Amino acid sequence: MPLILTEEQTMLKEAADGFLSENAPIAHLRHLRDSRDADGVSRDLWRAFGEMGFAGVIIPEAHGGSGLGAVEAGVMAEALGRTLTPSPFMGSGVLSARVLIEAGSPEQQAAWLPRIAAGEAIVALAVDEGAKHAPSKITTTAQRSGNGFVLNGAKGFVLDGHIADALIVVALTENGLTLFLVDPKTPGIEIERTIMVDAHNAARVTLTDVQVDADAVIGAVDGGEGPLEAALNLGRACAAASLTGAGDQAFQTTLEYLRTRKQFGKLIGEFQALQHRAAHLFTEIELARAAVLGALQRLDAGHETAPLAVSIAKAKAGRVAELAVQEAVQMHGGVGMTDEYDVGLFMKRVRVLNELLGDAGFHTERLARTQGY
Amino acid sequence: MTDLDTFRAETRAWLEANCPAECRGPLDNEEDRVWGGRNPTFKTPAHKQWMEVMGARGWTAPEWPTEYGGGGLSREEAKVLASEMRRIDAQMPLSSFGIWMLGPALLQFGTEEQKKRFLPEIVRGEIRWCQGYSEPGAGSDLAGIQTRAEDRGDHWIVNGQKVWTSYADKADWIFCLVRTDPEAPKHLGISFVLFDMATPGVTTRPITLISGKSPFCETFFDDVRVEKANLVGTLNRGWDVAKALLAHERTMIGGMGMIGGGRPMGQVAADSVGTDDDGRLDDPILRAKIAELEVDLAAFQLSMERVGDQVKARQVSPAIASMLKYYGSELNKRRHELSMAAGGSDALEWESDRSRNGTAARDWLRTKANSIEGGTSEVQLNIIAKHILQLPGA
Repeated sequence: MPLILTEEQTMLKEAADGFLSENAPIAHLRHLRDSRDADGVSRDLWRAFGEMGFAGVIIPEAHGGSGLGAVEAGVMAEALGRTLTPSPFMGSGVLSARVLIEAGSPEQQAAWLPRIAAGEAIVALAVDEGAKHAPSKITTTAQRSGNGFVLNGAKGFVLDGHIADALIVVALTENGLTLFLVDPKTPGIEIERTIMVDAHNAARVTLTDVQVDADAVIGAVDGGEGPLEAALNLGRACAAASLTGAGDQAFQTTLEYLRTRKQFGKLIGEFQALQHRAAHLFTEIELARAAVLGALQRLDAGHETAPLAVSIAKAKAGRVAELAVQEAVQMHGGVGMTDEYDVGLFMKRVRVLNELLGDAGFHTERLARTQGY
Repeated sequence: MTDLDTFRAETRAWLEANCPAECRGPLDNEEDRVWGGRNPTFKTPAHKQWMEVMGARGWTAPEWPTEYGGGGLSREEAKVLASEMRRIDAQMPLSSFGIWMLGPALLQFGTEEQKKRFLPEIVRGEIRWCQGYSEPGAGSDLAGIQTRAEDRGDHWIVNGQKVWTSYADKADWIFCLVRTDPEAPKHLGISFVLFDMATPGVTTRPITLISGKSPFCETFFDDVRVEKANLVGTLNRGWDVAKALLAHERTMIGGMGMIGGGRPMGQVAADSVGTDDDGRLDDPILRAKIAELEVDLAAFQLSMERVGDQVKARQVSPAIASMLKYYGSELNKRRHELSMAAGGSDALEWESDRSRNGTAARDWLRTKANSIEGGTSEVQLNIIAKHILQLPGA
């Protein structure tokens, strides 16, 4: 498969970029932030995402989705990275949808997938517990109790957790991990919205003696690791795509500035010191783009090297986007530090995306272990 | 099964049957490469056989048209061939400036007669080429060349000097930039010609580098007669040919570090450094640096593949070769720095059997030229700034 988008994927990209720049440009993020919007996302926009076929991009057509793959999900994620649009896409449309497609019972799928695809429901995946992404260190427990289970533990960095219609909770059972589909209104669940540095949405979720029925289990008891890993890998690749989108947009903004800002009687873009840094950054962004597309294509092909390719993409895109936003602020000079200019917003978003689902260190470590050293 | 699956299955079976065991696994050192030519040298008879069977199939130049001896493969088929070769760790059957640099330029600018005469020989590894570009006064400022070709009716007489001519002492022919109109602006008076290195008046002298040896030579032309039929492209418009060829050279140098394969560097390093109780390379900082390099290497490899696909789909500027050249050569330097760190004092032995006479150290020093030859890293960044980013005054 060529490492370029197909005609159909290019059309999707143009549709997504066009839709977002018209309906949810950076001003949309600023409005939600400055008005201290209770949800932090626009539900109308999410429904419009559903109508456009964006929300259910990976959901099978039988459940009302578009039935497309990882590359198309990455195209959407990259577009959201360019406009910094807060959206339940990652939490619901990618992570939760993937879990339900992988392991959900027919009833669970019928109940949730069509509503996610329509942009009507928001489902949040609660996996991380500490400050760093560490799915191998889950301590939240689910103990058998009567016909069901009792959940105890605490989760953080739960995307859209404060407005979720359902939570997917990852918990430790006797012989492995188990995934539970939980109503957030169940007694014993406390949810605290955490306003994040990038004005996107996450929550802390505390579970104290939360009683759920056996039919809350997604897939098999103790069999949660496979579907969780599948969802995390798709989510990581999409986060990498978002990083590329955000990094590239910050770079494009910087190029525009280099072409128009004058100092010392010259356009600053004429200075070779800045030209070389811009050319280096361009090169890094192209590498990140290739790594991300390579990972997304391998996920679609079900290739055995897909998880490794995903780690390479997330590590590379994370480092490159970080460089892009640092250069953006630096090359803009003082105005780059102001809230009025957009480049600072990219810097904050990139920091969050870097931390989401494993930072560059996490994924570089994963590569070293995979390669046996 | 798709056609591509069928092609993969057939290719796999053919390679299994035809790639000798001696030609699998990483090269011991650069000198073991197969370059072909009129007086070729081979490490083993199997290497000769491997070059010949691949050449006969056109698979040394898989994407060239079959009428010129190439493999006639589509881009996708060529990728399958490459991945199947990687799968069995097959060595490159033939290293060749003819395939990497001159061939693509001949396909674009050569006459039918030139293509028919030279391309099949290049594919089969029967003719070895060197490149006469740089001169003592014209390195990165390549258009400043002074080597002069005087018109004598049916031929030219060439006088001048080239430098950094890789393998000039071993090459059969040279592709060379000469000044055919000294009065014209510097880019507009240059022509691109081919001639036999055995022509009277051609002499070469090897240059010793910090690595203790090198493929580089000085090359002198003293009243060398060159037939007019050996002009490639239009008279005085050799710069167009040179630029196209440079793009191929840059892509090739950028990709140099990718050749070889074999075990991941981290595992190799663990052999010399040792491992901790969890089986991890017992030097956490070296381990982290190697893993970071591996991320960049993998991303770069995908980037090379992507650029190939973009070129095929006409989605990219030719200046993109500068990106591959710049990043690939800087990456290769980083790779060899780490390789030296992984080898520790063992890798520093300049003359010993253990170090195979300082192979790692010599290769490490050789890579320092990567960001100079074929246009320095700074020149590549200038090209990106000007032709891709369109920055003002660049």
